[in-house]
Amino acid sequence: MNFTPQDWSAIRLTLELASLTTLLLILFGTPVAWWLSRTTSRTKPLFVSLVAMPLVLPPSVIGFYLLVFMGPNGPLGQLMDQLGIGRLPFSFGGLLLASCIYSLPFVVQPLQNAFEAIDERMYEAAATLRASPLDRFFTVAVPLAKPGFLTAAVLGFAHTVGEFGVVLMIGGNIPDKTRVVSVQIYDYVEALEYSEAHRLAALMLVFSFIVLFLLYTLNPTKKKAPAA
Amino acid sequence: MKTLLTTLVLAAYITHANADETYVAVAANFAAPAHKIAAEFEKRTGHKAIIATGATGKFYAQIVNGAPFDILLSADDETPAKLEKEAQSVTGKRFTYAIGKLVLWSPKPAIVDANGDVLKRGGFDHLSIANPKVAPYGAAAVETLKALGAYEVVQPKLVVGENIAQTHQFVATGNALLGFVALSQVLKDGKIEGSSWIVPEKLYSPIRQDAVLLNKGKDNKAAAAFLEFLRSNKTAKDIILSYGYSL
Repeated sequence: MNFTPQDWSAIRLTLELASLTTLLLILFGTPVAWWLSRTTSRTKPLFVSLVAMPLVLPPSVIGFYLLVFMGPNGPLGQLMDQLGIGRLPFSFGGLLLASCIYSLPFVVQPLQNAFEAIDERMYEAAATLRASPLDRFFTVAVPLAKPGFLTAAVLGFAHTVGEFGVVLMIGGNIPDKTRVVSVQIYDYVEALEYSEAHRLAALMLVFSFIVLFLLYTLNPTKKKAPAA
Repeated sequence: MKTLLTTLVLAAYITHANADETYVAVAANFAAPAHKIAAEFEKRTGHKAIIATGATGKFYAQIVNGAPFDILLSADDETPAKLEKEAQSVTGKRFTYAIGKLVLWSPKPAIVDANGDVLKRGGFDHLSIANPKVAPYGAAAVETLKALGAYEVVQPKLVVGENIAQTHQFVATGNALLGFVALSQVLKDGKIEGSSWIVPEKLYSPIRQDAVLLNKGKDNKAAAAFLEFLRSNKTAKDIILSYGYSL
Protein backbone atom coordinates (compact mmCIF):
# COMPACT_ATOMS: atom_id res chain seq x y z
CA MET A 1 0.00 0.00 0.00
CA ASN A 2 1.62 3.25 -1.11
CA PHE A 3 -0.37 5.97 0.52
CA THR A 4 0.45 9.54 -0.42
CA PRO A 5 1.17 12.11 2.33
CA GLN A 6 -2.36 13.46 1.74
CA ASP A 7 -3.77 9.99 2.33
CA TRP A 8 -1.85 9.68 5.60
CA SER A 9 -3.04 13.09 6.65
CA ALA A 10 -6.64 12.06 5.93
CA ILE A 11 -6.19 8.80 7.83
CA ARG A 12 -4.68 10.56 10.85
CA LEU A 13 -7.41 13.18 10.83
CA THR A 14 -10.13 10.53 10.61
CA LEU A 15 -8.69 8.59 13.55
CA GLU A 16 -8.39 11.79 15.62
CA LEU A 17 -11.95 12.76 14.83
CA ALA A 18 -13.35 9.31 15.59
CA SER A 19 -11.40 8.95 18.86
CA LEU A 20 -12.38 12.36 20.18
CA THR A 21 -15.99 11.90 19.14
CA THR A 22 -16.16 8.53 20.89
CA LEU A 23 -14.57 9.95 24.04
CA LEU A 24 -16.95 12.90 24.19
CA LEU A 25 -19.99 10.75 23.46
CA ILE A 26 -19.12 8.20 26.18
CA LEU A 27 -18.54 11.06 28.60
CA PHE A 28 -21.77 12.91 27.87
CA GLY A 29 -23.82 10.03 26.51
CA THR A 30 -23.48 7.86 29.63
CA PRO A 31 -25.43 10.17 31.95
CA VAL A 32 -28.06 10.60 29.23
CA ALA A 33 -28.36 6.84 28.73
CA TRP A 34 -28.45 6.29 32.48
CA TRP A 35 -31.21 8.83 32.96
CA LEU A 36 -33.20 7.39 30.05
CA SER A 37 -32.88 3.88 31.49
CA ARG A 38 -34.05 4.92 34.98
CA THR A 39 -36.60 7.61 34.36
CA THR A 40 -40.33 7.09 34.71
CA SER A 41 -41.00 10.60 33.43
CA ARG A 42 -43.67 11.04 30.79
CA THR A 43 -41.19 13.08 28.75
CA LYS A 44 -39.07 9.99 28.15
CA PRO A 45 -40.43 9.23 24.64
CA LEU A 46 -39.57 12.81 23.68
CA PHE A 47 -35.91 12.38 24.60
CA VAL A 48 -35.66 8.85 23.23
CA SER A 49 -36.96 10.19 19.91
CA LEU A 50 -34.53 13.11 19.91
CA VAL A 51 -31.59 10.78 20.53
CA ALA A 52 -32.70 8.49 17.69
CA MET A 53 -33.23 11.32 15.15
CA PRO A 54 -29.77 11.10 13.51
CA LEU A 55 -30.56 7.46 12.67
CA VAL A 56 -33.35 8.42 10.31
CA LEU A 57 -32.36 11.90 9.13
CA PRO A 58 -30.46 12.05 5.84
CA PRO A 59 -26.95 13.53 6.21
CA SER A 60 -28.00 16.28 3.82
CA VAL A 61 -30.57 17.51 6.36
CA ILE A 62 -28.11 17.42 9.27
CA GLY A 63 -25.40 19.01 7.13
CA PHE A 64 -27.65 21.73 5.79
CA TYR A 65 -29.05 22.73 9.19
CA LEU A 66 -25.61 22.66 10.81
CA LEU A 67 -24.28 24.90 8.04
CA VAL A 68 -27.08 27.39 8.63
CA PHE A 69 -27.06 27.01 12.42
CA MET A 70 -23.29 27.50 12.71
CA GLY A 71 -23.14 30.21 10.03
CA PRO A 72 -22.85 33.95 10.76
CA ASN A 73 -26.63 34.34 10.75
CA GLY A 74 -27.31 31.21 12.81
CA PRO A 75 -27.74 31.21 16.59
CA LEU A 76 -24.63 29.15 17.27
CA GLY A 77 -22.57 31.20 14.82
CA GLN A 78 -23.63 34.41 16.53
CA LEU A 79 -22.88 32.98 19.96
CA MET A 80 -19.40 31.93 18.81
CA ASP A 81 -18.87 35.43 17.39
CA GLN A 82 -19.83 37.04 20.69
CA LEU A 83 -17.52 34.72 22.59
CA GLY A 84 -14.83 35.52 20.03
CA ILE A 85 -13.99 31.85 19.46
CA GLY A 86 -14.36 31.83 15.70
CA ARG A 87 -16.91 29.98 13.63
CA LEU A 88 -17.31 26.25 13.34
CA PRO A 89 -17.85 25.43 9.65
CA PHE A 90 -14.66 24.45 7.83
CA SER A 91 -12.92 23.66 11.15
CA PHE A 92 -12.03 20.51 13.07
CA GLY A 93 -14.20 21.71 15.95
CA GLY A 94 -17.16 21.93 13.61
CA LEU A 95 -16.62 18.38 12.39
CA LEU A 96 -16.33 17.21 15.99
CA LEU A 97 -19.67 18.78 16.92
CA ALA A 98 -21.30 17.37 13.78
CA SER A 99 -19.89 13.90 14.45
CA CYS A 100 -21.15 13.95 18.03
CA ILE A 101 -24.66 14.67 16.78
CA TYR A 102 -24.40 12.20 13.92
CA SER A 103 -23.07 9.30 16.05
CA LEU A 104 -25.09 10.07 19.20
CA PRO A 105 -27.63 7.21 18.91
CA PHE A 106 -24.88 4.69 18.20
CA VAL A 107 -23.43 5.38 21.65
CA VAL A 108 -26.48 6.22 23.74
CA GLN A 109 -28.71 3.36 22.60
CA PRO A 110 -26.36 0.44 23.44
CA LEU A 111 -25.62 2.05 26.81
CA GLN A 112 -29.29 2.58 27.56
CA ASN A 113 -30.08 -1.02 26.59
CA ALA A 114 -27.26 -2.30 28.78
CA PHE A 115 -28.43 -0.27 31.78
CA GLU A 116 -32.02 -1.38 31.27
CA ALA A 117 -30.96 -5.03 31.14
CA ILE A 118 -29.54 -4.89 34.66
CA ASP A 119 -31.74 -6.60 37.23
CA GLU A 120 -33.41 -4.04 39.48
CA ARG A 121 -32.70 -6.23 42.51
CA MET A 122 -28.97 -5.57 42.09
CA TYR A 123 -29.54 -1.89 42.86
CA GLU A 124 -31.82 -2.73 45.75
CA ALA A 125 -29.25 -5.09 47.24
CA ALA A 126 -26.60 -2.39 46.89
CA ALA A 127 -28.94 0.15 48.46
CA THR A 128 -29.54 -2.07 51.51
CA LEU A 129 -25.76 -2.12 51.90
CA ARG A 130 -25.98 1.68 52.10
CA ALA A 131 -24.47 2.37 48.71
CA SER A 132 -25.28 5.93 47.60
CA PRO A 133 -26.89 6.36 44.15
CA LEU A 134 -23.55 7.50 42.72
CA ASP A 135 -21.84 4.57 44.38
CA ARG A 136 -24.43 2.21 42.93
CA PHE A 137 -23.86 3.65 39.48
CA PHE A 138 -20.09 3.15 39.55
CA THR A 139 -19.89 -0.16 41.43
CA VAL A 140 -22.98 -1.91 40.08
CA ALA A 141 -24.22 -0.37 36.83
CA VAL A 142 -20.93 0.38 35.09
CA PRO A 143 -19.31 -3.07 35.60
CA LEU A 144 -22.50 -4.87 34.63
CA ALA A 145 -22.94 -2.69 31.56
CA LYS A 146 -19.40 -3.32 30.33
CA PRO A 147 -20.49 -5.07 27.11
CA GLY A 148 -22.74 -2.08 26.43
CA PHE A 149 -19.78 0.28 26.80
CA LEU A 150 -17.74 -1.81 24.41
CA THR A 151 -20.51 -1.85 21.81
CA ALA A 152 -21.14 1.88 22.24
CA ALA A 153 -17.47 2.79 21.86
CA VAL A 154 -16.89 0.56 18.84
CA LEU A 155 -20.05 1.62 17.02
CA GLY A 156 -19.49 5.31 17.84
CA PHE A 157 -15.94 5.12 16.54
CA ALA A 158 -16.73 3.10 13.42
CA HIS A 159 -19.76 5.19 12.53
CA THR A 160 -17.71 8.38 12.75
CA VAL A 161 -15.03 6.88 10.53
CA GLY A 162 -17.80 6.06 8.05
CA GLU A 163 -19.25 9.57 8.11
CA PHE A 164 -19.40 11.30 4.74
CA GLY A 165 -22.39 13.42 3.82
CA VAL A 166 -22.30 15.75 6.80
CA VAL A 167 -18.54 16.28 6.56
CA LEU A 168 -18.87 17.04 2.87
CA MET A 169 -21.50 19.67 3.56
CA ILE A 170 -19.78 21.57 6.38
CA GLY A 171 -16.10 20.63 5.96
CA GLY A 172 -14.96 22.56 2.92
CA ASN A 173 -12.47 19.81 2.06
CA ILE A 174 -9.41 21.41 3.71
CA PRO A 175 -6.26 19.24 3.93
CA ASP A 176 -5.20 18.46 7.53
CA LYS A 177 -8.33 20.10 8.92
CA THR A 178 -11.48 18.63 7.42
CA ARG A 179 -10.49 16.27 4.61
CA VAL A 180 -11.21 12.88 6.14
CA VAL A 181 -10.73 9.52 4.42
CA SER A 182 -14.26 9.25 3.04
CA VAL A 183 -13.98 12.69 1.42
CA GLN A 184 -10.52 11.91 0.07
CA ILE A 185 -11.94 8.78 -1.59
CA TYR A 186 -14.80 10.81 -3.07
CA ASP A 187 -12.25 13.29 -4.44
CA TYR A 188 -10.31 10.51 -6.13
CA VAL A 189 -13.45 9.04 -7.67
CA GLU A 190 -14.57 12.46 -8.92
CA ALA A 191 -11.15 13.08 -10.45
CA LEU A 192 -11.34 9.65 -12.16
CA GLU A 193 -8.26 8.52 -10.19
CA TYR A 194 -9.74 5.11 -9.59
CA SER A 195 -6.59 3.24 -8.52
CA GLU A 196 -5.91 5.82 -5.78
CA ALA A 197 -9.54 5.53 -4.72
CA HIS A 198 -9.27 1.75 -4.59
CA ARG A 199 -6.34 1.83 -2.17
CA LEU A 200 -8.18 3.89 0.43
CA ALA A 201 -11.53 2.25 -0.23
CA ALA A 202 -10.03 -1.20 0.32
CA LEU A 203 -8.54 0.05 3.58
CA MET A 204 -11.97 1.18 4.74
CA LEU A 205 -13.50 -2.13 3.75
CA VAL A 206 -10.94 -4.13 5.71
CA PHE A 207 -11.11 -1.77 8.67
CA SER A 208 -14.91 -1.97 8.90
CA PHE A 209 -14.90 -5.72 8.75
CA ILE A 210 -12.19 -6.14 11.38
CA VAL A 211 -13.88 -3.73 13.76
CA LEU A 212 -17.24 -5.44 13.51
CA PHE A 213 -15.69 -8.90 13.64
CA LEU A 214 -13.81 -8.01 16.83
CA LEU A 215 -16.94 -6.55 18.33
CA TYR A 216 -19.04 -9.63 17.71
CA THR A 217 -16.23 -11.98 18.77
CA LEU A 218 -15.47 -10.20 22.03
CA ASN A 219 -19.06 -9.37 22.70
CA PRO A 220 -21.28 -12.18 21.43
CA THR A 221 -24.96 -11.33 21.57
CA LYS A 222 -26.60 -13.59 24.09
CA LYS A 223 -30.11 -14.65 23.38
CA LYS A 224 -31.48 -12.60 26.23
CA ALA A 225 -29.38 -9.51 25.63
CA PRO A 226 -31.12 -6.67 23.83
CA ALA A 227 -29.92 -5.89 20.35
CA ALA A 228 -27.53 -2.99 20.16
CA MET B 1 -70.10 9.29 -31.17
CA LYS B 2 -68.17 6.16 -31.88
CA THR B 3 -66.19 7.92 -34.59
CA LEU B 4 -65.41 10.79 -32.24
CA LEU B 5 -64.16 8.40 -29.61
CA THR B 6 -62.04 6.53 -32.12
CA THR B 7 -60.59 9.81 -33.36
CA LEU B 8 -59.77 10.90 -29.81
CA VAL B 9 -58.12 7.62 -28.95
CA LEU B 10 -56.24 7.68 -32.22
CA ALA B 11 -55.18 11.30 -31.66
CA ALA B 12 -53.98 10.48 -28.18
CA TYR B 13 -52.09 7.51 -29.51
CA ILE B 14 -50.41 9.54 -32.25
CA THR B 15 -49.43 12.32 -29.87
CA HIS B 16 -47.99 9.74 -27.56
CA ALA B 17 -46.15 7.98 -30.34
CA ASN B 18 -44.50 11.21 -31.44
CA ALA B 19 -43.68 12.50 -27.97
CA ASP B 20 -40.54 10.91 -26.61
CA GLU B 21 -38.63 11.35 -23.41
CA THR B 22 -34.96 12.02 -23.06
CA TYR B 23 -32.79 11.96 -19.97
CA VAL B 24 -30.27 14.78 -19.84
CA ALA B 25 -27.38 14.95 -17.36
CA VAL B 26 -26.58 18.61 -16.73
CA ALA B 27 -23.57 20.20 -15.02
CA ALA B 28 -24.56 22.03 -11.83
CA ASN B 29 -23.70 25.50 -13.17
CA PHE B 30 -26.16 25.09 -16.06
CA ALA B 31 -29.05 23.78 -13.93
CA ALA B 32 -31.26 26.87 -14.05
CA PRO B 33 -31.02 27.57 -17.81
CA ALA B 34 -31.39 23.84 -18.55
CA HIS B 35 -34.74 23.71 -16.77
CA LYS B 36 -35.97 26.77 -18.67
CA ILE B 37 -34.78 25.38 -21.99
CA ALA B 38 -36.42 22.02 -21.25
CA ALA B 39 -39.74 23.76 -20.58
CA GLU B 40 -39.54 25.68 -23.88
CA PHE B 41 -38.48 22.50 -25.67
CA GLU B 42 -41.50 20.61 -24.37
CA LYS B 43 -43.85 23.46 -25.30
CA ARG B 44 -42.61 23.52 -28.89
CA THR B 45 -41.94 19.90 -29.73
CA GLY B 46 -44.07 17.88 -27.29
CA HIS B 47 -40.98 15.91 -26.35
CA LYS B 48 -39.98 15.80 -22.73
CA ALA B 49 -36.43 16.45 -21.54
CA ILE B 50 -35.86 15.17 -18.00
CA ILE B 51 -33.03 17.05 -16.33
CA ALA B 52 -30.65 15.57 -13.74
CA THR B 53 -28.06 17.98 -12.31
CA GLY B 54 -24.75 17.27 -10.62
CA ALA B 55 -20.99 17.29 -10.93
CA THR B 56 -19.57 16.46 -14.34
CA GLY B 57 -17.01 14.03 -12.92
CA LYS B 58 -19.70 12.08 -11.11
CA PHE B 59 -21.79 11.90 -14.28
CA TYR B 60 -18.78 10.56 -16.14
CA ALA B 61 -18.38 7.71 -13.65
CA GLN B 62 -22.11 6.97 -13.82
CA ILE B 63 -22.23 7.03 -17.63
CA VAL B 64 -19.27 4.71 -17.96
CA ASN B 65 -21.07 2.38 -15.57
CA GLY B 66 -24.28 2.33 -17.56
CA ALA B 67 -26.34 5.27 -16.28
CA PRO B 68 -29.50 5.80 -18.36
CA PHE B 69 -28.61 9.25 -19.76
CA ASP B 70 -29.04 10.16 -23.43
CA ILE B 71 -27.21 13.47 -23.30
CA LEU B 72 -24.50 15.06 -21.19
CA LEU B 73 -24.29 18.84 -20.92
CA SER B 74 -20.83 18.98 -19.42
CA ALA B 75 -19.15 21.78 -17.47
CA ASP B 76 -16.02 21.32 -19.59
CA ASP B 77 -14.88 20.13 -23.00
CA GLU B 78 -12.53 17.42 -21.71
CA THR B 79 -15.14 15.03 -20.34
CA PRO B 80 -17.17 14.90 -23.60
CA ALA B 81 -13.95 14.41 -25.58
CA LYS B 82 -12.96 11.59 -23.24
CA LEU B 83 -16.37 9.95 -23.59
CA GLU B 84 -16.12 10.11 -27.36
CA LYS B 85 -12.62 8.66 -27.32
CA GLU B 86 -13.81 5.81 -25.13
CA ALA B 87 -16.72 5.11 -27.50
CA GLN B 88 -19.30 6.01 -24.86
CA SER B 89 -20.86 8.62 -27.10
CA VAL B 90 -21.90 9.13 -30.71
CA THR B 91 -19.02 10.48 -32.80
CA GLY B 92 -19.43 13.89 -34.41
CA LYS B 93 -22.30 14.99 -32.17
CA ARG B 94 -20.18 17.11 -29.85
CA PHE B 95 -20.51 20.90 -29.74
CA THR B 96 -19.97 23.84 -27.39
CA TYR B 97 -23.36 24.95 -26.09
CA ALA B 98 -22.10 27.71 -23.79
CA ILE B 99 -18.93 29.40 -22.62
CA GLY B 100 -18.97 29.92 -18.88
CA LYS B 101 -17.91 33.06 -17.05
CA LEU B 102 -16.28 33.22 -13.66
CA VAL B 103 -17.30 35.79 -11.06
CA LEU B 104 -15.93 36.67 -7.62
CA TRP B 105 -19.02 37.20 -5.52
CA SER B 106 -20.20 38.12 -2.05
CA PRO B 107 -23.87 38.50 -1.09
CA LYS B 108 -22.80 41.47 1.06
CA PRO B 109 -22.36 44.91 -0.51
CA ALA B 110 -18.94 46.61 -0.68
CA ILE B 111 -16.92 43.46 -0.08
CA VAL B 112 -15.78 42.75 -3.62
CA ASP B 113 -14.41 45.76 -5.54
CA ALA B 114 -14.39 46.30 -9.29
CA ASN B 115 -10.82 45.03 -9.72
CA GLY B 116 -10.81 42.09 -7.35
CA ASP B 117 -8.22 43.82 -5.15
CA VAL B 118 -9.96 42.33 -2.12
CA LEU B 119 -8.08 39.11 -2.85
CA LYS B 120 -4.75 40.76 -2.11
CA ARG B 121 -6.08 43.07 0.58
CA GLY B 122 -7.55 40.24 2.63
CA GLY B 123 -9.99 40.93 5.46
CA PHE B 124 -11.85 37.64 5.08
CA ASP B 125 -11.57 34.24 6.77
CA HIS B 126 -12.71 32.00 3.95
CA LEU B 127 -12.69 32.15 0.18
CA SER B 128 -14.89 29.51 -1.43
CA ILE B 129 -13.84 27.84 -4.68
CA ALA B 130 -14.93 24.68 -6.47
CA ASN B 131 -12.56 21.71 -6.36
CA PRO B 132 -9.97 22.65 -9.03
CA LYS B 133 -9.16 19.00 -9.60
CA VAL B 134 -12.62 18.18 -10.87
CA ALA B 135 -14.59 21.38 -11.50
CA PRO B 136 -13.69 23.66 -14.45
CA TYR B 137 -14.84 26.74 -12.51
CA GLY B 138 -12.51 25.71 -9.70
CA ALA B 139 -9.59 25.32 -12.08
CA ALA B 140 -10.42 28.74 -13.56
CA ALA B 141 -10.49 30.24 -10.06
CA VAL B 142 -7.02 28.88 -9.27
CA GLU B 143 -5.73 30.14 -12.63
CA THR B 144 -7.10 33.59 -11.84
CA LEU B 145 -5.57 33.64 -8.36
CA LYS B 146 -2.19 32.62 -9.78
CA ALA B 147 -2.41 35.22 -12.54
CA LEU B 148 -3.04 37.89 -9.90
CA GLY B 149 -0.19 36.58 -7.75
CA ALA B 150 -2.63 36.08 -4.89
CA TYR B 151 -2.72 32.29 -4.74
CA GLU B 152 -0.06 31.84 -2.04
CA VAL B 153 -1.70 34.45 0.18
CA VAL B 154 -5.22 33.08 0.01
CA GLN B 155 -4.43 29.37 -0.04
CA PRO B 156 -4.83 28.87 3.73
CA LYS B 157 -8.25 30.52 3.47
CA LEU B 158 -9.62 28.36 0.68
CA VAL B 159 -12.68 26.24 1.33
CA VAL B 160 -13.52 23.82 -1.42
CA GLY B 161 -16.97 22.85 -2.65
CA GLU B 162 -17.34 19.52 -4.40
CA ASN B 163 -19.09 21.27 -7.27
CA ILE B 164 -20.02 24.82 -8.17
CA ALA B 165 -23.45 24.51 -6.49
CA GLN B 166 -21.89 23.72 -3.13
CA THR B 167 -19.32 26.47 -3.64
CA HIS B 168 -22.18 28.92 -4.10
CA GLN B 169 -23.94 27.48 -1.02
CA PHE B 170 -20.90 28.17 1.21
CA VAL B 171 -21.01 31.84 0.16
CA ALA B 172 -24.80 32.22 0.14
CA THR B 173 -25.09 30.94 3.72
CA GLY B 174 -22.43 33.45 4.78
CA ASN B 175 -20.01 30.81 5.97
CA ALA B 176 -17.48 32.05 3.44
CA LEU B 177 -17.52 35.82 2.92
CA LEU B 178 -16.81 35.51 -0.79
CA GLY B 179 -16.14 32.96 -3.47
CA PHE B 180 -15.52 32.22 -7.13
CA VAL B 181 -18.80 31.03 -8.63
CA ALA B 182 -20.39 30.80 -12.06
CA LEU B 183 -21.92 34.02 -13.34
CA SER B 184 -25.02 32.00 -14.24
CA GLN B 185 -25.63 31.29 -10.55
CA VAL B 186 -25.78 34.90 -9.40
CA LEU B 187 -27.09 36.80 -12.43
CA LYS B 188 -30.81 37.52 -11.95
CA ASP B 189 -32.55 39.71 -14.53
CA GLY B 190 -29.26 41.22 -15.59
CA LYS B 191 -28.27 42.17 -12.05
CA ILE B 192 -26.10 40.64 -9.33
CA GLU B 193 -27.02 41.05 -5.66
CA GLY B 194 -24.32 42.02 -3.17
CA SER B 195 -20.92 42.85 -4.62
CA SER B 196 -19.09 41.14 -7.41
CA TRP B 197 -16.25 41.22 -9.90
CA ILE B 198 -16.70 39.54 -13.25
CA VAL B 199 -13.24 38.11 -13.80
CA PRO B 200 -11.68 39.36 -17.08
CA GLU B 201 -11.44 36.49 -19.52
CA LYS B 202 -7.73 37.02 -20.07
CA LEU B 203 -7.04 35.75 -16.55
CA TYR B 204 -8.23 32.19 -17.15
CA SER B 205 -8.61 29.78 -20.05
CA PRO B 206 -12.14 29.79 -21.51
CA ILE B 207 -14.61 27.45 -19.84
CA ARG B 208 -15.98 25.71 -22.90
CA GLN B 209 -19.01 23.65 -21.97
CA ASP B 210 -19.67 20.88 -24.44
CA ALA B 211 -22.75 18.80 -25.11
CA VAL B 212 -22.53 15.22 -26.27
CA LEU B 213 -24.99 12.57 -27.44
CA LEU B 214 -24.38 9.39 -25.45
CA ASN B 215 -24.73 5.86 -26.82
CA LYS B 216 -27.99 5.35 -24.92
CA GLY B 217 -29.56 8.23 -26.82
CA LYS B 218 -28.38 7.20 -30.25
CA ASP B 219 -31.85 6.27 -31.58
CA ASN B 220 -33.86 8.55 -29.31
CA LYS B 221 -35.79 11.11 -31.37
CA ALA B 222 -36.28 13.42 -28.40
CA ALA B 223 -32.55 13.40 -27.65
CA ALA B 224 -31.66 14.41 -31.19
CA ALA B 225 -34.36 17.08 -31.14
CA PHE B 226 -33.14 18.47 -27.81
CA LEU B 227 -29.57 18.81 -29.04
CA GLU B 228 -30.79 20.52 -32.19
CA PHE B 229 -32.97 22.85 -30.10
CA LEU B 230 -30.07 23.68 -27.80
CA ARG B 231 -27.70 24.34 -30.69
CA SER B 232 -29.84 26.42 -33.01
CA ASN B 233 -33.11 27.59 -31.50
CA LYS B 234 -33.19 31.35 -30.91
CA THR B 235 -35.15 31.11 -27.65
CA ALA B 236 -32.71 28.55 -26.28
CA LYS B 237 -29.79 30.79 -27.21
CA ASP B 238 -31.43 33.79 -25.59
CA ILE B 239 -31.93 31.83 -22.38
CA ILE B 240 -28.25 30.82 -22.39
CA LEU B 241 -27.13 34.42 -22.97
CA SER B 242 -29.48 35.75 -20.29
CA TYR B 243 -27.58 33.71 -17.70
CA GLY B 244 -24.34 35.43 -18.58
CA TYR B 245 -22.80 32.76 -20.77
CA SER B 246 -21.34 33.63 -24.13
CA LEU B 247 -21.75 31.53 -27.24
